[in-house]
Amino acid sequence: MSRAAPRQDNLHADMTLKTEPITINIGPQHPSTHGVFRMRVTFDGEVVVDVEPVFGYLHRGSEKLAEERTYTQIVTLTDRMDYVASMTNNQSYILSVEKLAGIEPSPRGVWLRMIAAELQRIASHLVAIGFLIQDLGAWGTPLIYAMREREKILDLFEMLCGARITNSYLRPGGVFMDAPDEFWPALDALLDELPARIDELDDLLTNNEIIVARTVNVAVIDPATMVNASITGPMLRAGGVDWDLRHRDPYDYYERVKFDRPLHTASDNNARYWVRLQEMRESIKIVYQCIEQIEPGPVRPAEVPFLVRPPVGDAYGIVEAPKGELGFYLVSDGGISPYRCHVRAPSLINLTLLREMLVGGMVADMFVSFGSIDINMGEVDR
Amino acid sequence: MTIAWKGEELAAAIEAFAPDAVIQHNDTDVWVSPASLLDVAAGLRDRPEFRFDLLSSISAVDYIGHYELVYHLTSLPRNMKAVVKVRCGEGRSDPEVPSVTAVWRGADLQEREAWDLMGIRFPGHPNHKRIMLWEGFPGHPLRKDFVTYSQSVIEPEQAHTE
Repeated sequence: MSRAAPRQDNLHADMTLKTEPITINIGPQHPSTHGVFRMRVTFDGEVVVDVEPVFGYLHRGSEKLAEERTYTQIVTLTDRMDYVASMTNNQSYILSVEKLAGIEPSPRGVWLRMIAAELQRIASHLVAIGFLIQDLGAWGTPLIYAMREREKILDLFEMLCGARITNSYLRPGGVFMDAPDEFWPALDALLDELPARIDELDDLLTNNEIIVARTVNVAVIDPATMVNASITGPMLRAGGVDWDLRHRDPYDYYERVKFDRPLHTASDNNARYWVRLQEMRESIKIVYQCIEQIEPGPVRPAEVPFLVRPPVGDAYGIVEAPKGELGFYLVSDGGISPYRCHVRAPSLINLTLLREMLVGGMVADMFVSFGSIDINMGEVDR
Repeated sequence: MTIAWKGEELAAAIEAFAPDAVIQHNDTDVWVSPASLLDVAAGLRDRPEFRFDLLSSISAVDYIGHYELVYHLTSLPRNMKAVVKVRCGEGRSDPEVPSVTAVWRGADLQEREAWDLMGIRFPGHPNHKRIMLWEGFPGHPLRKDFVTYSQSVIEPEQAHTE
């Protein structure tokens, strides 16, 4: 299953050809960097000896822009941070605003945004798995399988709010509009179909000999180091640390739904893939429970004004986004826009250990390890 | 449910191992002095009553009269959270706070971000460079006195020199 010997020792043992280290820029324009990201990598032959990530090519100053917009307008800025998981970005931001302004959300709005967030988690994990396998060299097929399912979820989002990627669906107090009648049968049809599609991906990929050979025991990180480096999300759970905010610090109505937390102990690229695959199944369970418990009613309280004016103070709202813990720290001076809006971006912070993950590995494994972190450049640079 | 430390209790618990570290506290937050931050951080991470092993977030805020760093801490083994704040740069002098990267490695990129966008220096940081913007970018954009785009003073030739 795993490689025969530690690669580095093996490579250097009987090396007759003398090589000298060479530094290469990978990115910012590179198909495997998932956006505009640059790594300054030093190689010795095919072995990575040093990595320096260079950020900032997609920096749009979202935090500064937020200081000049009203609380409702900022929802559109959060969409554009992690643009494959807009719903959870909205959710994190809205939770902070509700905490800051003391808004009690409408139950139907909360159930709707939980359904949206869990569908978004499935969509984001599908993208993560599809591109991870693409980075492994399986050009096309698994990615298209994953994207096909994601497309159906985006169709549902289009019914909910008219947009597919940049949803802006949530508002302080709930969501901006109730789901149309045709949404519910479409959601049922998707939920009937999705488990079989996830099984199909599972059959195709999990025990695939090439994938196992390429991902098991590659880029292993120690769980204690990950916690110290603030790494969260599926990456942490792939190291066996049972930390899921939906379970440990439930927000919205997550304490009213039951789900398992898939944990793996290997903490390698394969474990990170496996945890994401299993989490999609748990998300389907959560959506079913939301549908059972949702009740008719307003989707947001009528008394919440369009211009929210929170009292002076600060609030930190945090959710379990597909990439990890996503938090918004908002400071209010009593006006219609936040005095300061800071984003705790999981994509950026999960890159803290990038060097440790890649150094000592091979060039070909570099992109796989990088892909297994599952970052989104819109969120790294903001 | 994660238990949030109350400001008063946290202040008393910090005083127990780091005397004179706490400057003030309110219901939820505790302000500590920059000089004692490293001791407080190490204590919060290692002492059995806290075990704050995950530094969730570092936020920098410009309050015009001073700057403030907000440390959101989480304890995985005990499922607790706490907020510690540090005030620096009184009267818009150059703000400086010791780096906590030696205690929590997760501070690495977040402190670089605070330096880049808010201009707070972190002595002791292993890689104290800008992160989002390029070296030589004039000013720190998240400061309240930064001149925004329409009045920008960035010359084309200043862009992207490394």
